[in-house]
Amino acid sequence: MSALLETKDLKKYFKVSNGYLHAVDGVNIAIDEGKTLGVVGESGCGKSTLGRAVLRLHEPTGGEVYYKGQNIMTYDKVRMRELRREMQIIFQDPYSSINPRMSVQEIIAEPIIINKMFKTRAEVFDRVAELMDTVGLAERLSGAYPHELDGGRRQRIGVARALSLNPKFIVCDEPVSALDVSIQAQILNLLMDLQDEFGLTYMFITHDLSVVKHISTEIAVMYLGMCIERAPSKELFKDPKHPYTKALLSAIPIPNIEMRNKKIEVIKGEVTSPVNPKPGCRFAPRCPNATEACTAQTPEFREISPGHYCACPFAQ
Amino acid sequence: MSEKLLEIHDLEVIYKTGLETVYAVNKINLSLEKGKTLGLVGETGAGKTTTALAILALLPERTAHVKGEIIFDGQDLLQLKEYELREIRGEKISMIFQDPMSSLNPILTVGSQISEALTLHNDQNRSKEEIEARVEEVLEMVGIPAFRKKDYPHQFSGGMKQRVVIAIALACEPELLIADEPTTALDVTIQAQVLAMMNELRERLQTSMIMITHDLGIVAQTCDDVAVMYAGEIIEYGSAADIFTGDKHHPYTVGLFGSIPNLEVDSPRLSPIEGLMPDPTDLPKGCKFSPRCPQCMDICREVPPADYVNGGHRICCHLYNKEGTK
Repeated sequence: MSALLETKDLKKYFKVSNGYLHAVDGVNIAIDEGKTLGVVGESGCGKSTLGRAVLRLHEPTGGEVYYKGQNIMTYDKVRMRELRREMQIIFQDPYSSINPRMSVQEIIAEPIIINKMFKTRAEVFDRVAELMDTVGLAERLSGAYPHELDGGRRQRIGVARALSLNPKFIVCDEPVSALDVSIQAQILNLLMDLQDEFGLTYMFITHDLSVVKHISTEIAVMYLGMCIERAPSKELFKDPKHPYTKALLSAIPIPNIEMRNKKIEVIKGEVTSPVNPKPGCRFAPRCPNATEACTAQTPEFREISPGHYCACPFAQ
Repeated sequence: MSEKLLEIHDLEVIYKTGLETVYAVNKINLSLEKGKTLGLVGETGAGKTTTALAILALLPERTAHVKGEIIFDGQDLLQLKEYELREIRGEKISMIFQDPMSSLNPILTVGSQISEALTLHNDQNRSKEEIEARVEEVLEMVGIPAFRKKDYPHQFSGGMKQRVVIAIALACEPELLIADEPTTALDVTIQAQVLAMMNELRERLQTSMIMITHDLGIVAQTCDDVAVMYAGEIIEYGSAADIFTGDKHHPYTVGLFGSIPNLEVDSPRLSPIEGLMPDPTDLPKGCKFSPRCPQCMDICREVPPADYVNGGHRICCHLYNKEGTK
């Protein structure tokens, strides 16, 4: 099965006062149709930038993005706009990503009207009502304004808006991280139901590893703009290869008191600056098994076992 | 050694504004032994932070009406005068606030923010140099190089800022540390660092701690006792073992556990709690959880449940009272 979305050596650099910030630096990912790729990493690792770069919301600095086998980097504005109907995004913060001056109905209707999906107002509002029903928003809320709603309901608006144009592919940029656990579970269940119902493909960006394991079929771990490990979800949790992934997994507090005395591999230090990074492994300064070779050259992102890729020379 | 450091009896906090009355905390009882850590768990709006602020008497006087008793080291904090409270705040009880990005003053160096507490609570008559030395010591203690005391908050990353906030809280070696979601704004690896550091410092300094969090994982890793809060009430209270194991739980606690994706067991679906937290201006008459409770009975809608007590384990639910003590 060929991938619905694939990136080849995707790069996004931002110009800053003292050079270039390598937000995304040569990322290769592929997502099969109907599947979910989880992108995990800590703040500043470039996961949101990656999500936006594949939609060309941030124009990539280099590399290619293939959607249904076509390089969308060559598309002009008009074709890109058409394509965006199929590629949508759900933003992180349900408090700031929707316009406070528009009612729920107007927010959800906006993409439908802009893309001229229907001719009459009645059809548009029928569609809005249908979408609100799909995401579990009560019809009586259609005239409500965002400030009247709680975070979970607002995020449902974000989901409805993303669904409004019948997309195939949705980038979910930390859609649940601003929500309480019980609400978070409701939204996660909703996203999984929608995937089953409409055959959606997700790129699920999050820093929460337990969420990502729950929802993803495959997981890509990012560190400082690079994808350092990619594997099927279960395998990654069972057998992480990269030292950073290992540290990341062991750092999750597990809600089980028997695991209390579990030794946590606390990694020292913090993420180094992504501005003008030196060659070599980006994780080397914090890595417990780093050698001189690690700082000399960038490790190759290689396939260790079928479907399991890792950018560490020591991994096997 | 089961000396009680803090005891809270029937604490009630009501916010009154011209328009509405918010029942934020409704008659809660808590106690904390010396050297122990109490976890206060619950979702947004459960009254966790309000409880913490009530202990420090930091609630706005005009709108917040506080009733009950908060006994700390034998004295009722609610009866103290403002100047007496100032002696306690920051020195005997200190607090780590939730958001490190906004709890530091952006126009003061971090060093001066740490030394402020030391200068105000200068019981040991430290000289200026000694205070500076102590500032450097606490910075090193939380893992920040001492020379960075001259830096401003914006020069630090989120994790580093939270370390500064912890350094401020620990500068006077308080007896009680209230940590209000200390790691919520941080990444997991940084969270692991901060938690490990807090655990180590707590053991070394024998500080008692109230850990406010919504993350059951953190509770499991750090707390001795746990209080689960819902709509301003403690609905379940017990040792960590009582809450995380055992077969009797409040339906809300069960729902909370069902909502978190389990890393060890594969389950295709989560089992969240349906519905939303009740509006604190208009709480249900009986059990506060009854509108969302999957096991709700007729009595639950009418009569607030009493505690079912089993040793140190308290569950505030009608389900167990039939077979329990009554």
